[in-house]
Amino acid sequence: MSAPLDRLPRLLALVPYLLKRPGIRVSEVAEVFEVTEAQLRQDLELLWVCGLPGHGPGDLIDLEFEGDTITLFEPAGVTQPLRLTVAEALALVVGLRTLAATPGLADRDVVDRTLAKVEAAAGAAAEAASRVAVTVESEEQFLPVVRQGLESGRRLHLTYYVPGRDETTERDVDPLRLLLVDGRTYLEAWCLLAEDVRLFRLDRVVDLALLDAPVESHPQAEPRDLSQGLFRAAPDDQLVTLALRPTAHWVADYHPCESVEDAGDGTLVARLRTSDAGWLRRLVLRLGDAARVLEPPDLAEQVQTDALAALTGYAD
Amino acid sequence: MTARKTERLLNLVICLLHTRRYLSVQEIRTAVPGYAADSEEAFRRMFERDKAELRDLGIPLETGTDHAAHDDELGYRIARRDYELPPVTLEADEAAALGLAARLLNSAPLASATASALLKLRAAGPDAVDAGEGLAWTALEPQIGGNEPAFEACLAGVTERQRLRFTYRTAGGESQQRDVEPWGVVWWHGRWYLVGHDTHRAASRVFRLSRIVGAVEAHGEPGEVTPPVDLDLRAHVAQLTQDASTATARIRLRTGAGWALRRAATAVHNDGSDWDVLDLPYADAEQLADQVVGFGADAVVLEPPDARDAVVRRLRAAAGELV
Repeated sequence: MSAPLDRLPRLLALVPYLLKRPGIRVSEVAEVFEVTEAQLRQDLELLWVCGLPGHGPGDLIDLEFEGDTITLFEPAGVTQPLRLTVAEALALVVGLRTLAATPGLADRDVVDRTLAKVEAAAGAAAEAASRVAVTVESEEQFLPVVRQGLESGRRLHLTYYVPGRDETTERDVDPLRLLLVDGRTYLEAWCLLAEDVRLFRLDRVVDLALLDAPVESHPQAEPRDLSQGLFRAAPDDQLVTLALRPTAHWVADYHPCESVEDAGDGTLVARLRTSDAGWLRRLVLRLGDAARVLEPPDLAEQVQTDALAALTGYAD
Repeated sequence: MTARKTERLLNLVICLLHTRRYLSVQEIRTAVPGYAADSEEAFRRMFERDKAELRDLGIPLETGTDHAAHDDELGYRIARRDYELPPVTLEADEAAALGLAARLLNSAPLASATASALLKLRAAGPDAVDAGEGLAWTALEPQIGGNEPAFEACLAGVTERQRLRFTYRTAGGESQQRDVEPWGVVWWHGRWYLVGHDTHRAASRVFRLSRIVGAVEAHGEPGEVTPPVDLDLRAHVAQLTQDASTATARIRLRTGAGWALRRAATAVHNDGSDWDVLDLPYADAEQLADQVVGFGADAVVLEPPDARDAVVRRLRAAAGELV
């Protein structure tokens, strides 16, 4: 972890920060500025020898340690932090505008008020923010219910569409987290049906109801580590090999693959793991002549059977 | 940066903030510890570098002179009103919203800028951000903004309004040199895109950042690029993936199947059999076929004929029949 501000800008923020918080604990300051206590003490020692021209006793920045607390008496004129840089203003304004454009995450009116204040403080630096846009697919209908469940610790009843089987399922879940990943919103929850942690895409929620029952604690529930991406294949998932012609190359881009090899004639051979054979069959049907199942043979056969069955619907 | 240099720069900032009138270079040399000991030439070089460092941090260094007669050498000062972040007073709910917004973007360059911005806001007032700490909604786990290597350079081109050159790999796998006036960057469906004017093609284009190969090079003058006044970044990128639905298809669907199609339908008719007929808005026959064909024998396109043909073509290929 590295501190968000380099040393000089950190010192310039530290002086007004301390000035407004007499008697603050050293450990708290170190935490806020994301530096070690040892680094913070070095910063404070440096401040001590800086000050107004003349650098006499009355000109220097003056601060006092008492136990593990600190009080700054004399800021040598550094009473406010430096204005936001263009990048800083942009980051805050884009964050707030994304929040405003994603209904259900926060109260729109509150976000607008906050945005107005931040923009006013940032001044001209906020102007570039109009050239960065962030889109989150909002699920207006169900997001407020999910929030309520998470905030009040209550169980949810979920009617959920499972595309691999093309059916809707009913289950009770204890909500754990709301994830916003790759532009989609997901509910991570303990599923009482599966007795395990499951991820539900909010755009596949058919219906959602807040129950009276409180959530139970599930010590065995392990939140997903998102650093490796949202979906990780389990070792016992089925390994599938696909031949992808150029118009289907996006599949290798879009889905995590174990390996992708160029067969030389514009065809990619992609190996991927899936727990959901139904999903894969649908995908291959959709790709038509752009994809073929190479392995396993029974899946290739199944796709062929699906296609022949579907063709009967078109027999004139 | 060495401790000695940090100390010198901090003293320089304090000195220039303190003065109301412009200070000459010699006055600065006397007033700021760390300059006095060096030769005149070494001092001048050092001072030039220090000025550049302060400006890089966004410190507004003003040059000018108080006396019209003494225009032979310019003096320096920092105007307090340009330097200081005005205090921001946030209500508790606003501070919570800010905390949530700050957690939303965790793409590397934006995340570090957010963290430093929050520190400055906290330093500006005791109540601003602290108050919202406990209220921020911790059950939200956003992963917004990927870490495409080209992002930082593209963002810089956009904020500096400076032209960019890069190698771009097209969807077909071909590498091309592009020269772009950058208008904006957009995060859309899990990817960063650059929107701008492609100089050689003389038209606006959208580039996927993950397809930029190697370094992005800025060229020309900063401020040279002028995005259109009515620029709608989202609309540019949305065009790539979606066209407005203009026609209505009729789909025969087995009862209970195809929820994903049903939710997009404008009407569902049932004649009492095990089959429903859906009115489904669509823009493109091939895309419609993509949507429907995965449902196999549970869904049949009745109209239009071109979408019907597109489905049959896919099914025949998947069935292994020669087309």
